Amino acid sequence: MLGDRSRRGAALSTASTVVVLGALAAAFLLAPGSGQVRHTFFNPADMWRSFVGDPKAGYYSVGEALWLNIRMFIAAEVLILIVALVVAVVRQSTGPVLLPLRAVATVYVDVARGVPLILIIFALGYGVPALQLGAISSQSVAVYGVAALVLSYSAYVAEVYRAGIASVHRSQVAAARSLGLSQWTSMRYVILPQAVRNVIPPLLNDFISLQKDTAQVGLLGAIEANKAAEIYSSTVFNYSSFVVAAILFLLLTIPLARFTDHLIRRDQARRLAGAGQ
Amino acid sequence: MARTDEGAGPGTGESASTAQALRIEGLRKSFGPQEVLRGIDLAVAPHEVVCLIGASGSGKSTLLRCVNLLERIDAGTIWLDGQAIAGSVTGAGVDENMVRRHVGIVFQSFNLFPHMTVERNVTLAPVKVLGLSRAEAVARATELLDRFGLGEKRADYPDRLSGGQQQRVAIVRALAMQPRLMLLDEVTSALDPELVADVLDVIRELAEGGMTMLIATHEMGFARDIASRVCFLSDGQIVEQAPPARLFSQPADERTRRFLRRIIDAGRL
Repeated sequence: MLGDRSRRGAALSTASTVVVLGALAAAFLLAPGSGQVRHTFFNPADMWRSFVGDPKAGYYSVGEALWLNIRMFIAAEVLILIVALVVAVVRQSTGPVLLPLRAVATVYVDVARGVPLILIIFALGYGVPALQLGAISSQSVAVYGVAALVLSYSAYVAEVYRAGIASVHRSQVAAARSLGLSQWTSMRYVILPQAVRNVIPPLLNDFISLQKDTAQVGLLGAIEANKAAEIYSSTVFNYSSFVVAAILFLLLTIPLARFTDHLIRRDQARRLAGAGQ
Repeated sequence: MARTDEGAGPGTGESASTAQALRIEGLRKSFGPQEVLRGIDLAVAPHEVVCLIGASGSGKSTLLRCVNLLERIDAGTIWLDGQAIAGSVTGAGVDENMVRRHVGIVFQSFNLFPHMTVERNVTLAPVKVLGLSRAEAVARATELLDRFGLGEKRADYPDRLSGGQQQRVAIVRALAMQPRLMLLDEVTSALDPELVADVLDVIRELAEGGMTMLIATHEMGFARDIASRVCFLSDGQIVEQAPPARLFSQPADERTRRFLRRIIDAGRL
């Protein structure tokens, strides 16, 4: 009985998916400008050429350029996790001694969240070299790009951490402190581990967004995937390279999105099991 | 009576044999406009077991939390082994972490650390606060867990345990610090009835071992069995205190009588 119903449900959802996708494909293929769009955006030959690149013809490989996005993303992610944690811990601290630090952290979060990422990228990418500060001013644009990503995203992630810290019940603090653990030791061993666990899904969500935003560093001239695609399109006058870049970004972000879903489901199951006690 | 013998740690307690283990005078505590404790005077001698009874909201829990310095007191003084730990007569800066080493507290809702195994729950503070080596702390934890029938649970996470087991782990966690005074805050109130007995047995064993305890409880039968003295709290004051035989059979104050009658009517005594 139940098996029957679920089989019918599966058949129904398959059918509806086929109908919807079919309708969309038909609309795309039958549109008056379809041929033109397919040639400009979805030309297999152009897609392949932009993917592998040809320096002699004046354009870079979008696939190879993606490696820069990946490296920037990984470097930024590690730094963000650390910087944001420090900011979050400072922001939720109490006591008069840390007040100046707390004020700085609050202003930082307000400013970094309020200013568009693209402006921070420009400010660091053009501003820091102009300062002529020796080694600091003579890094590659990718370094300034990563710095800008860290500056912007740490503010968001700090707030995610802070929400996580707030989500740990006060009785846990009382239990830890009652054993003679100092405020910092309680934070380090009792509060933060629980806080971080509670916010892994929203953290990963921010990182999906971060993966895409590495593309904005191309505005400084770094040859990342989006920039390589742009160079191809302005050299060959075909936009298929952008579709290649889009597909590559999807290949990066979708696994992380599925992983986030998986963690959320597991978390819900755990909560349900816990509530059943 | 201010900070005399800092070294009166576990083992040298005999020197304070004439002193009270815990002394509270004129303790007041408000939360906003509501005054929860309105002038508490209480002394607990070494090895004495004092039970606090009274309706919910009478201030029992707040009193215990004040002794553990989890709440800042508004007036009065608290002495631990003759040393002022809270109140106006304390010298500048009482080291609350130092005080809490010697005062264990167990909460109604267990408050185990859910992300740590039972063993880690018990060893965390001895390692981080007392500076025990990991091996020493594990040995101490193992001994205590075995003693209270929790030896097999040491690798489990708290959510795998029954409420009674969790509460016994919480007691062991406090005991692992080898406190001079244990505060128990309605430790059986969150338990299913059939799990209460195991936890009470543990406390009984502690009492027989000479542990000094201040216990807030709704278990009147248990208080009658175990307490050297029972204090009835009402509206933030200790209305009456007496040995259990007298307090339960011949309560002097009308408020105590009314409270006990309600308890008896509810079939709880």
